[in-house]
Amino acid sequence: MAGDWYLYEVFQAFLSAPAYHLLLEAFLVLWILRLILTKSYKPHKTRLGAKEKEELIAEWTPEPLVPDTPSDHYTLHPRVVDGKPGKTVTINGKKILNMGTLNFLNMIENKAMEEAAITSLKTYGVGSCGPRGFYGTVDAHLQLEDKLAKFLGVEEAVLYSFGFSTISSAIPAYAKRGDVLFVDAGVSFAIQQGIAASRSHVRYFKHNDVDDLKRLLQLQADTDSKHPKRARVIRKFVIVEGLYLNYGDICPLPELVAIKQEYCVRLFVEESLSFGVLGASGKGVTEHFGISVDEVDLICGSLENALAAIGGFCCGKSYVIDHQRLSGLGYCFSASMPPMIASAAITSLEQLENNPDIFSALVRNSRWLHEKISSIPGVEVGGDPISPVKHISLKDCGENGEQETRMLEEIVQEAENQGVALTVARYLHNEEAHPLRPSIRLAVSSSLTQPDLTLALRVISNACASVHRRDLDAVE
Amino acid sequence: MASTTKQLSFMPPQKSHENGHNWETVRANGVTAQEMKEEAVRKSRKQPHESYEQTPLIVAVITYFGYAVLVIFGHLRDFMKKHGLEEIHSAKEYLKGHTPLYSSFESFYTRNLYVRIRDCWNRPICSVPGAEVVCLERKSDDYNWHLESNAFQTAEALEVTRNVPRFHFLTTWPPVSGTMLIGTMAIHVELEQLISRFLGTEDAICFGMGFATNAMNMPCLVSKGCLIISDSLNHASLVLGSRLSGATIKVFKHNDMKDLESILLDAVVYGQHRTHRPYKKILIVVEGIYSMEGAVVRLPDIVQLKKKYKAYLYVDEAHSIGAMGGTGRGVVEYWGCEPRDVDVMMGTFTKSFGAAGGYIAGSKRLVDHLRAKSHSVVYATSISPPVAQQIITTTKVIMGDLCPDEGQRRIFQLARNAKYFRNRLKEMGFIVYGNDDSPVVPMLIYMPAKIAAFGRMMFERNIGTVQVGFPATPIIESRARFCLSAAHTKEMLDYALKHISEVGDILLLKYSRRPRPTTKAVW
Repeated sequence: MAGDWYLYEVFQAFLSAPAYHLLLEAFLVLWILRLILTKSYKPHKTRLGAKEKEELIAEWTPEPLVPDTPSDHYTLHPRVVDGKPGKTVTINGKKILNMGTLNFLNMIENKAMEEAAITSLKTYGVGSCGPRGFYGTVDAHLQLEDKLAKFLGVEEAVLYSFGFSTISSAIPAYAKRGDVLFVDAGVSFAIQQGIAASRSHVRYFKHNDVDDLKRLLQLQADTDSKHPKRARVIRKFVIVEGLYLNYGDICPLPELVAIKQEYCVRLFVEESLSFGVLGASGKGVTEHFGISVDEVDLICGSLENALAAIGGFCCGKSYVIDHQRLSGLGYCFSASMPPMIASAAITSLEQLENNPDIFSALVRNSRWLHEKISSIPGVEVGGDPISPVKHISLKDCGENGEQETRMLEEIVQEAENQGVALTVARYLHNEEAHPLRPSIRLAVSSSLTQPDLTLALRVISNACASVHRRDLDAVE
Repeated sequence: MASTTKQLSFMPPQKSHENGHNWETVRANGVTAQEMKEEAVRKSRKQPHESYEQTPLIVAVITYFGYAVLVIFGHLRDFMKKHGLEEIHSAKEYLKGHTPLYSSFESFYTRNLYVRIRDCWNRPICSVPGAEVVCLERKSDDYNWHLESNAFQTAEALEVTRNVPRFHFLTTWPPVSGTMLIGTMAIHVELEQLISRFLGTEDAICFGMGFATNAMNMPCLVSKGCLIISDSLNHASLVLGSRLSGATIKVFKHNDMKDLESILLDAVVYGQHRTHRPYKKILIVVEGIYSMEGAVVRLPDIVQLKKKYKAYLYVDEAHSIGAMGGTGRGVVEYWGCEPRDVDVMMGTFTKSFGAAGGYIAGSKRLVDHLRAKSHSVVYATSISPPVAQQIITTTKVIMGDLCPDEGQRRIFQLARNAKYFRNRLKEMGFIVYGNDDSPVVPMLIYMPAKIAAFGRMMFERNIGTVQVGFPATPIIESRARFCLSAAHTKEMLDYALKHISEVGDILLLKYSRRPRPTTKAVW
């Protein structure tokens, strides 16, 4: 029995070991036990007594809820407009030519639209008093959705009650944490808010620069090929505007569609400005380039500009659009659009269908003004010649944004005195993702006649000249 | 001292409840004698009762079982669809090689649970959304995948129980209008002055959409380094606004003052997470009436806490403005608080005012800041003039400037309707959540199959109700929501109550185990 013999030896060794050795062993065993039994090390947590807490509470002074606003801030002294801001506008009691509001087709002065609104008002009242899910769907909403879808030749359209909330709800309905958005650096603020709400990764490509977009997509494709498993669950979207509010230029849609197919991404086009403006019948940027709407995954438009109503819509394939009816925050959780506004928008849309000439008039006016204003000395006009939104900025102002803004504001004031309402493009510069150049945002309307255009041109060029002169005098 | 404060609490101490609706008394240390006196006055004025009866165990078990069955069948049907054994009615992904736009798992609930009963929602109407509405009939030939509401021709008359008081007075209306970029309209100036006068604040600013009022203005108030303490049942717009602001967000249990205080204390004492720098400012965000719970915010307690911890208070009165308080000025008036105790008073015009849009009222400093910095002012459309006119007229009616006594009569009628309707439901043995004075009345249904059954049966009886289930409520607490209006008469309510009781008997919805009230509810 070898085992027994072995145990006997151990016992013998134990007996013959010196006492100090045994003591040491015993001590070590106890030490190990202690190490096992005591809790793991934790950094000392500061426990404050009730008195200390009270002191801290008394000590803490929060910042004021809001900072003071300088009393000369432009928003605190707005121009007060009376009546309809149509072709002409009454500012502080004076009737002048309106080139400040995005009233491209002058639908605001359309009698039929007004009557439709009033008839609808008598049938439905003003508010819808509920979200779409809970008895807030009125037949006028369904008719407008139907009409929009037919007008654009898509399967389905979904209405939002506010233009801003349309794209900013649509993006987070699809893009989630971990997805990647490739966004033009020139997009408007509503898209930026949608991106922020989606919590996706965002990669901005240079404004209207297709090569830069390709570079970014290639980078993404390289990362994807390294992690194919992860890549399979990442959704990729390219988000652009049809006609850029902040630049007045048109997106290169044919190239974007080619890229979309090459890199397997989805393409969202925000057409707030281009809907009812571009194309022979106002169907937007797809019609302008002669591209099928099916190539674009989501078209998002606004009823607030060309149609002179309020609200927005998204349209495309049912597979895409229907998802928003449960996932679009601004759709589900907001009261629906007042039915009278939906009825007005329906009539407005019918007017567009019946008067295709207004689009050519709009293009003609836009081209003419673009050409003429470009030739005013010291002035630059940004954007596409056919765009009804023009950004007028000053040459030779260099990087001095403040001085440029001040001079532009003087031009606007001067033009107002001489009979044309203009506006400086307003931004919250600290909140925008990319710096924007100060400019005057001129909006052309199809209702402007040649004498109106000549007047506008003369006033703008006089205003520019006099402000330039004053500026030079000040320098001397 | 301690005993006095205990006595002065607003609520009789009740047993705490699983949902976190904990009515334990709030410790009122650091309160001056003056404040205590004010409290005592308030207490004598208001003794509202809120109840949240616990879900009976057997009901909870059956509800979970119901969902389990639905999930199993859902997977079974998905399996059959995948192998071509069942026809697919839903829209299909049209792009090859792309990551699906939304994962199939994500839409499992929609596909297998929601769609089957979706005729209970989105019912189109074609009349004024008053006490009675006309609904369009809808038909589906493919099990609710496509609902043909095609009846722009046929319609069925129907009486509907919904929404807070409405007014349909219109005097003049300017045309529909688009974006204002060059200035503000005279009518908007008038509207804002009227709203600030109505609410008793220094100034007010109005926006074109209620949802956007929250989502677009909260980022102007708080930013990174600030803390938002938000009620757990806050509306999606408040959640979105908080998220967009970039501030740290902490959530306290719904209407639980103890939890709120412990979060406030920790935030002030220990500062920011990890860095322990003090927060720049703390904003408490609550709603006046919670739309799914029927609960009324415990404003006096919150005001007291906010003062003690120097936090700011944002109250969203979307459901309460025009509906609560003796003269319709919302929860602030209901609780007898001062408008200046609330730093940011937000509300919407969609409910009581029968219009659209939202407002923020408060100090001149606050409103000036919003005018200069609000995303909504700079980038979005203002209220459409005809809608603004509706708000002006209704506000004047509520204030008594127009049609004297009409506004007051409606507010009184609504309060009476709410009390009567709620008490009658309780008498019948239904579990009804929320405050006795709240015009939003959630009645618990629990089981998923009963959601649709209740909705359809009520609709057959010409009563339109709103059913709410997961994800808007906790999974087992599906409910029906009745919204009362000043336009409802006693006859209408009695008609509705009679049918609710009948349907309740058929569907076994009378779950309450509390002793029935001994006194009969009187009109």
